[in-house]
Amino acid sequence: MASDIGLDSLIDQTISVITNDGRNIVGVLRGFDQATNLILDECHERVYSTKAGVEQLVLGLYIIRGDNIGVVGELDEELDSNLNLSSLCAHPLKPVVH
Amino acid sequence: MLFFSYFKELVGKEVTVELKNDLAITGTLHSVDQYLNIKLENTRVVDEAKYPHMLSVKNCFIRGSVVRYVQLPPDGVDVDILHDATRREARGT
Repeated sequence: MASDIGLDSLIDQTISVITNDGRNIVGVLRGFDQATNLILDECHERVYSTKAGVEQLVLGLYIIRGDNIGVVGELDEELDSNLNLSSLCAHPLKPVVH
Repeated sequence: MLFFSYFKELVGKEVTVELKNDLAITGTLHSVDQYLNIKLENTRVVDEAKYPHMLSVKNCFIRGSVVRYVQLPPDGVDVDILHDATRREARGT
């Protein structure tokens, strides 16, 4: 039985991934498999803190193992450009507890 | 299989998915698969002030393994049909 929903529609789109350790990684989805392993191109990590604005760390071409994936969100570039990340303060996301 | 079929019946309804990292996302159920991975459309985070991390995301794929709860509309449950299906499933195993 093949997976009915895939991430097909998100291929070559900019996506925002939330990982199990509470990180937020933004990049272009190049590939995926049934285990939800992802290939993310041109990616960067967005680090949230309560003291300073969002810090963006450039990562490059990454494979993220499916075990570690929580949410894969389609990033709306328009909405994203309206955000002022340098003034956005927030608590970092909590890690996933099974 | 039972829950997979049950969720397929709920496609198009508004649900709130609470994840194991305490994040809660409300959206319209777009699709579900055999792993109970969930695709939501028109998403908004429940406590947006606390979790601005997904402000620019309106459609998302949630891996089944991180779901804690799926909050359903009160009229989303046909108890009798569910009971029958559960009994059938229990007999089968």
